[in-house]
Amino acid sequence: MIRLVPRTDTPALLQGSTPVLAVLATMLAGGLLFAIMGYDPVTAIRTIFWDPLFGPAASYSRPQLLVKAAPLILIASGLAVGFRAGIWNIGAEGQYIIGAICGAAVALAAYPAPEMWIFPAMVIAGAAGGWAWGMIPALLRNWFGASEILVSLMLVYVAQRIAAWMAFGPMKNPEGFGMPGSRNLQQYPAAANPELIVGTGAHWGVVAAVLAVLATWFLMSRHIRGFHIRAAGTAPRAARFAGVKPETLVAFCLGLSGALAGMAGLFEVAGPAGQITDKIGVGYGFTAIIVAFLGRLHPLGILLAGLLLALTYIGGELAQLTLNLPGATVQVFQGMLLFFLLGFDLLTRYRITRRIAA
Amino acid sequence: MTEGAVLRAEGIGKSYPGVRANDDVSFAVAPGEIHALLGENGAGKSTLVKMIYGLVRPDDGRMLLNGRPHQPADPRAARAAGVAMVFQHFSLFDALTVAENIALGMENPPPRRALSARIAQVSQDFGLPLNPDRRVVTLSAGERQRVEIIRCLLQNPRLLIMDEPTSVLTPQEAELLFATLRKLAAQRTAILYISHKLEEIRSHCDRATILRHGRVVDSCDPRAHSARDLAAMMVGGDMRPIDRSGRQAGEVLLQVKGLSQPAPTADATALKSVALTLRAGEILGIGGVAGNGQDELLAALSGEIRNAPGTILLEGADLSRLGPEARRAAGLLAAPEDRLGHAAVPDFSLTDNTLLTAGARKGLVRKGLIDRPAARAFAQDVIRAFDVRTPGPETAAKALSGGNLQKFVIGREVMQAPRVLVVNQPTWGVDAGAAAAVRQSLLDLARAGAGVIVISQDLDELLELSDRFCALNEGRLSAPLPTQGLTLDQIGLMLGGAHGMEVAHL
Repeated sequence: MIRLVPRTDTPALLQGSTPVLAVLATMLAGGLLFAIMGYDPVTAIRTIFWDPLFGPAASYSRPQLLVKAAPLILIASGLAVGFRAGIWNIGAEGQYIIGAICGAAVALAAYPAPEMWIFPAMVIAGAAGGWAWGMIPALLRNWFGASEILVSLMLVYVAQRIAAWMAFGPMKNPEGFGMPGSRNLQQYPAAANPELIVGTGAHWGVVAAVLAVLATWFLMSRHIRGFHIRAAGTAPRAARFAGVKPETLVAFCLGLSGALAGMAGLFEVAGPAGQITDKIGVGYGFTAIIVAFLGRLHPLGILLAGLLLALTYIGGELAQLTLNLPGATVQVFQGMLLFFLLGFDLLTRYRITRRIAA
Repeated sequence: MTEGAVLRAEGIGKSYPGVRANDDVSFAVAPGEIHALLGENGAGKSTLVKMIYGLVRPDDGRMLLNGRPHQPADPRAARAAGVAMVFQHFSLFDALTVAENIALGMENPPPRRALSARIAQVSQDFGLPLNPDRRVVTLSAGERQRVEIIRCLLQNPRLLIMDEPTSVLTPQEAELLFATLRKLAAQRTAILYISHKLEEIRSHCDRATILRHGRVVDSCDPRAHSARDLAAMMVGGDMRPIDRSGRQAGEVLLQVKGLSQPAPTADATALKSVALTLRAGEILGIGGVAGNGQDELLAALSGEIRNAPGTILLEGADLSRLGPEARRAAGLLAAPEDRLGHAAVPDFSLTDNTLLTAGARKGLVRKGLIDRPAARAFAQDVIRAFDVRTPGPETAAKALSGGNLQKFVIGREVMQAPRVLVVNQPTWGVDAGAAAAVRQSLLDLARAGAGVIVISQDLDELLELSDRFCALNEGRLSAPLPTQGLTLDQIGLMLGGAHGMEVAHL
């Protein structure tokens, strides 16, 4: 029988290099998969990881990198704070959707007013919506001990139904000829989240993502609250002894990650997506979980991991177009990445023995 | 006696990095003998029995079991050879029944019905009342221990090792346990009994092997010696005299009145109208068997658990509703028993661990911002003042030995100049040198005018330190008695719940 025995000391180098190893292993396993499916593995891998940035069509796909990376990084920054404390918000996707709906609601209510306050108010509404959606699992956990993992995850599906209802009902564009979906906010200047520097893809969400990285880095390394979060994650009793109320921490972490996810949703609906549809949630909230872990729950790591995962999105689409790879390629890649990451992580903390102990 | 011994160890040695845990240990356990392994924490008792049970391999020497070489590769081999062990901490599944738990631990469990019958049989034979169909979650600590013992007895062991079995038992449960052990001994089973409780060993054991710093210092008949003699053998002639001078009880610092609190979890103890008064310059000792509310009392005083208004007053100010940080700011500090995971975060550096409690009083955290250089300097101060052996303040807490981490944890609180310091088991699992340093620092703190509450299961420690003594029994605190002139008999009565009996007589 194979057993896992905890390592007494983990080499620091090994710990830091697991994300890189996981990416390499994903490329290898992905290439193998493509070979089995009858594609040329080298071309496929190059199309996914190289061509979006440096290939012939790079001028189109490169700006997409920031567009896709911004929500991932914004959401993952918040999630990582909670994960550090051992509070597992799996429902960022739901908070993202509700944030988008709340932010869009402000714009649609104000339409067609041209005032300057509209966009900032949308950002606040988006954050508040995500915060409120995150507070539901927080309060249920604090009051009844309900698992925030299950509650937050289930609330994703509730949020998706609400989005569909909004798209077909209250928020439907009155001038949309009966088509589902709200007004397009990109065509409403006071509410739009435009590309700030032409050709880069950078919109306000990118600015917010960078700020979120800096803010969470400051929180986790310089502020006592971040210290308490880290303490609670590794030694909950010591954190309580220090004066941390577990209930406060649960509310803070779920609220923070919810607010950031809600903001990401708002930036998306006011920018790249443009309108509320029943398909406003495209999985950023789930992919951000991979981003957080691939980035070692560290703000800088999350920045890099967000860019990498964004690359797989774009590369996957490119491979679909040019090589006719199936659409599920991206998910398979992301799944493999998380699998290898967790696998390598396990092996840095445990070693495999074949001895049978008591 | 060594002829025909069940277990014989000859020249056993074991080294860990930086410490010689066992050195040239030889002893023998005869059939039908209850043999005590006596020694302070860190004397090498655990290492020795781990080798016998196959958890650790000796570096030198050899062991013989029933005359045959005994070199178990793992506990399974040791069990097959006839060695069984009851650990201090139980490994039982709460959700399963007694019989299911026992079946899980067996190599080839018989059918459930037959197993239940055997469990019932064994429990009857040895006077260990236990229903095989009860769920473990409903059992008391003593009953859980019985599950472990019966699990061992079903293997018909030649040698039964018991690691500090009475630390979790009430006095009545302990009596029952000893009755069982005597029955087992009458059937020629050898019993190796690990403890540092002198009275227990004197009244129940046939022989004692005494370990100090990993070596056998003596082997004797414990019934023929006084507890004082045994203690002297255990700690050696080098008992450092402790300086208790220069203290005077001053004004009242801390008042606890009618502190009651339900048990926070199922296996915790409720506190029942605890009352105490602590004066400046005074050390109050609180004794008791583990699990009688020590952790809960510390949590209630530290602020981890908040209390009813008006129950905890520091220099007249009501702290009852305040959390740990506010209580520290007011001058009420605490150091819990469990160093790793409660008093300190194992994965954090010593610098970071100062932030756990010293943020406000030492100005390490201002307006929420961490002043890391200040934290490092404070960690450095504690390391220097308390002689903490560590490469530096950036070393992780878990990398320190128990004694060094304990010195750091106590030092971290003492150097914040508390008005009142509450410590639980301040020298548990700590080597004699570190223990003496910790005790002296508590006395020095009291001499400087602070009040100190020492919660401990080590009676010698309490007698050495405290001016007044009270006992914690099932969450009730007895009235304090002056330590001066207190006899072990009186203390034994207080610990055994004489307090409750007095109430009954009134």
